[in-house]
Amino acid sequence: MTKPTTAPPHRKKLMHTWPLLTPTVGVLLLWAFVPLAMTLWFSFQRYNLVDPTISGFAGFNNYKFLLESPAFLLSIVNELVLVGAVLIITLVLGVAFAVLFDQEFFGRSVARLLVIAPFFVMPTVAALIWKNLLMDPVNGVFAFVARSLGFTPIDWFTNYPMAGVVMIVAWEWVPFATLILLTAMQSLDRQQVEAAKMDGARGPQILRYVILPHLARPMTIVLMMETIYLLAVFAEIFVTTSGGPGNATTTLTYLIYLRALVSFDVGGAAAGGVLAVILANIVALFLVRTVARNVDL
Amino acid sequence: MCTLELRNLRKVYSNVEVIKGVDLTIKDREFVVFVGPSGCGKSTLLRMIAGLEEISGGDFMIDGVRVNDVPPDKRGLAMVFQSYALYPHMTVAENMAFALRLAGVPKPERDERVMVAAKTLQLDALLERKPANLSGGQRQRVAIGRAIVRQPKAFLFDEPLSNLDAALRVQTRIEIAKLHNDLKSTMIYVTHDQVEAMTLADRIVVFNAGKIEQVGTPLELYHNPANLFVAGFIGSPKMNLIAAEVRSSDGRTSVLTLEGGSLFSVPKALVPGQKLTIGLRPEHIAVVAEGGMAGRVEVVEHLGNETIAYASIGAAQPLTVKLPSDSDVRIGEMLHFASRGQTASLFDEAGSAIMSPSA
Amino acid sequence: MRSSPLQKFIVAVLGWTVALLMFFPVAWMVLTSFKTEIDAVHSPPLLVFHPTLANFTHVIYLGNYLGALTNSVAISLGSTVLGLLIAMPAAYAMAFFPNRWTKDLLLWMLSTKMMPAVGVLMPIYLLCQRSGLLDTLSGLILVMMLSNLPIIVWMLYTFFKEVPGDIIEASRMDGAGVLAQLRVVLLPLAGPGIASTALLSIILSWNEAFWSINLTSVNAAPLTAFIATFSAPEGLFWAKLSAASTLAVAPILIFGWMTQRQLVRGLTFGAVK
Ligand SMILES: Nc1ncnc2c1ncn2[C@@H]1O[C@H](COP(=O)(O)OP(=O)(O)O)[C@@H](O)[C@H]1O
Ligand SMILES: [Mg+2]
Repeated sequence: MTKPTTAPPHRKKLMHTWPLLTPTVGVLLLWAFVPLAMTLWFSFQRYNLVDPTISGFAGFNNYKFLLESPAFLLSIVNELVLVGAVLIITLVLGVAFAVLFDQEFFGRSVARLLVIAPFFVMPTVAALIWKNLLMDPVNGVFAFVARSLGFTPIDWFTNYPMAGVVMIVAWEWVPFATLILLTAMQSLDRQQVEAAKMDGARGPQILRYVILPHLARPMTIVLMMETIYLLAVFAEIFVTTSGGPGNATTTLTYLIYLRALVSFDVGGAAAGGVLAVILANIVALFLVRTVARNVDL
Repeated sequence: MCTLELRNLRKVYSNVEVIKGVDLTIKDREFVVFVGPSGCGKSTLLRMIAGLEEISGGDFMIDGVRVNDVPPDKRGLAMVFQSYALYPHMTVAENMAFALRLAGVPKPERDERVMVAAKTLQLDALLERKPANLSGGQRQRVAIGRAIVRQPKAFLFDEPLSNLDAALRVQTRIEIAKLHNDLKSTMIYVTHDQVEAMTLADRIVVFNAGKIEQVGTPLELYHNPANLFVAGFIGSPKMNLIAAEVRSSDGRTSVLTLEGGSLFSVPKALVPGQKLTIGLRPEHIAVVAEGGMAGRVEVVEHLGNETIAYASIGAAQPLTVKLPSDSDVRIGEMLHFASRGQTASLFDEAGSAIMSPSA
Repeated sequence: MRSSPLQKFIVAVLGWTVALLMFFPVAWMVLTSFKTEIDAVHSPPLLVFHPTLANFTHVIYLGNYLGALTNSVAISLGSTVLGLLIAMPAAYAMAFFPNRWTKDLLLWMLSTKMMPAVGVLMPIYLLCQRSGLLDTLSGLILVMMLSNLPIIVWMLYTFFKEVPGDIIEASRMDGAGVLAQLRVVLLPLAGPGIASTALLSIILSWNEAFWSINLTSVNAAPLTAFIATFSAPEGLFWAKLSAASTLAVAPILIFGWMTQRQLVRGLTFGAVK
């Protein structure tokens, strides 16, 4: 027998997890806070990359300038319109397609592959193909269809630029919603549907009382993932409208990009960045709560 | 040689103490069973012994050496998990040899040791199968084989039979008993099933709510339960526990009024008016012509080898009585019951035993 | 659910209509890529024409396609491998040794993903410029890895959670250290999950446009940035645009189709079974 020991002051752990967590947490901390701190700093500076004579402390001037410019408020409205419209379209179509492709029919698995294809198409390609091949008011396929049906072709990017962008982005994200909701549909207990039928429920009631509640959780996942990516939509605007005509499709994201890498106004872009972060945090607060409720940790 | 010593072991999960100071010495080659209702902390304690769970307080010694901070694989203990925890992507042989492979044991020796263990457990025909292609009982044997191969200082079992069907459970229980006899190594076995505990253990440790209620051989626990909890936990059907009050005492024997009004005399001096609980094992109660506790039979269970009757004697719980299989009691019958010999246990208001049949 | 032949027919027609409409832009792009520039802008649009490979040869030999392709492959593979290497130990620790902060840590990681990239565009641009990482593969690999890291950690975490903890503990009893546990036990058991995490990371990196466009010019420009150069008015040749686009999309589309089942598991954070 060795001499009895009492609890030592320093109790070693059987399993250290911090060396495993450090790399991830470390780089994410750097990634999350260093640039943000710099953005905050820049937002109070007079700083232009191409004009070194502009320098010094700016106080709140960058913010003032930004908040007073009519483009700013419009850009936030545009951002919300874009995100909101695409979310609604993708969720509605996603549920509809999920229910449709959950049915057995000839060639379903091939048809399903075709439906999810847009998810794999890079945003720049999607935007260019839609803008030119499909939506061109003279030679585009849509114009041809409109003319054949006796309508005047719509010049989307001149007259309804935001609708045009929403269409493209929604096309890219409908497959994502479909894919996830379809997977969820397949775990729906068929007996539940049969029980509902025995209780006299018809199609719409089955959708309302059985299918939609079952899809509630996956729908929040779709909502979260899409919001993350939709708030950052950039390429689709960059290659189609460049924010125009006027500022009609300039979202906050795009506005900051213009300030930053077109006018090289670092101070102004940084002030916009800070506001974008605040906006995103408001959304994130809501989203993270939803996720925390809906995903088992 | 393997002695395990637990000194005031404690486990705290974020401010909740689930193991509240356990002192216990497990002797070399002893088969110790931890038994208790589920949620009482048996698995937690076993996992602390295994090294899978940190020890929040106290000391744990193996052969006199404090091993609180020694990682699980360095403690020389092997564990059989309730879910078996076999590696699904490895064959039976690979599963059993895995620890040896990690320890750098050369392949010929590995194969040899796996073969020996496989023969003992009749697994030699299954060595190349994957766990998915085994029956529940076979998986269970592989899990045991994986432990044997390591030639551990002690075996830890966490409810190893709970995923088997009833027939297989009895058979495997016997095999484990035989294994202990053959290997002669220290074993700690966790179960919530008191029958497993009674049949396997050299010593049983009864747990409740993170504390030891009593330690003893199966018969000690059966005959001399230290308190109401152990009395109610050990034995099947359960001991009858009836509230009682001392009516009179003559210095050698006392007469108790049981809940429901029957009188009962015990060979012990007690203070009149004292409230206590009397414990009567169903197998120690007989039907008598008159006197004793009168009750109406409410349910009769014919089990073939015996008959269990439940009679209402006016107490909160019906009186459970074990009768011979040819007994012809009928539902609704009024019978008189008396304890056979001096076989009652008495517990004070705090639940501690103040008299046991053999004391 | 029993349905009449008529219902079945209607479902099939509906299903195929939806499928063809959704796929039409891609199909039309591929079709146009085989047209001459004149046929491409023909009105009414041509379904029958003399196919030509001239656009592909043009894009491959005269454009920067091969360079951009190499960059795309390097960036998506590089950032994915790097991300997995960093994220796996963390996900392992959180899945099998959770403590009272694990949940908060995970949510914090996810919340970093919600920070808008534009908010930090300027600092990242300047940091890359100062450190010489602007328009380099390493720079883009790093940024792409960082921006996908929260998603990678989350997905790995959910997949690791599905591995029974008992098996990990059994391997610890058997003497497996962290590396052996990851390699011999976790990798085989969570293999499909790790694969679907890798797939999603590759696809996200391949299609990422914001950082690709803003942090590269010539040397490190991946396909997303390469295609964006076709938006300049002087580059507007529909057939060549289509050919370049087809070449940019085809690898990942085929890859995605082949692995779609794996992918879904990853996309839903394990919240949908
Ligand atoms: N990781 C944990 N965190 C918090 N409480 C736990 C944890 N593990 C077990 N417990 C609690 O500890 C108690 C004992 O659990 P356990 O040892 O599994 O019981 P038993 O094996 O006897 O059924 C239970 O009340 C359980 O809820
Ligand atoms: Mg247990």
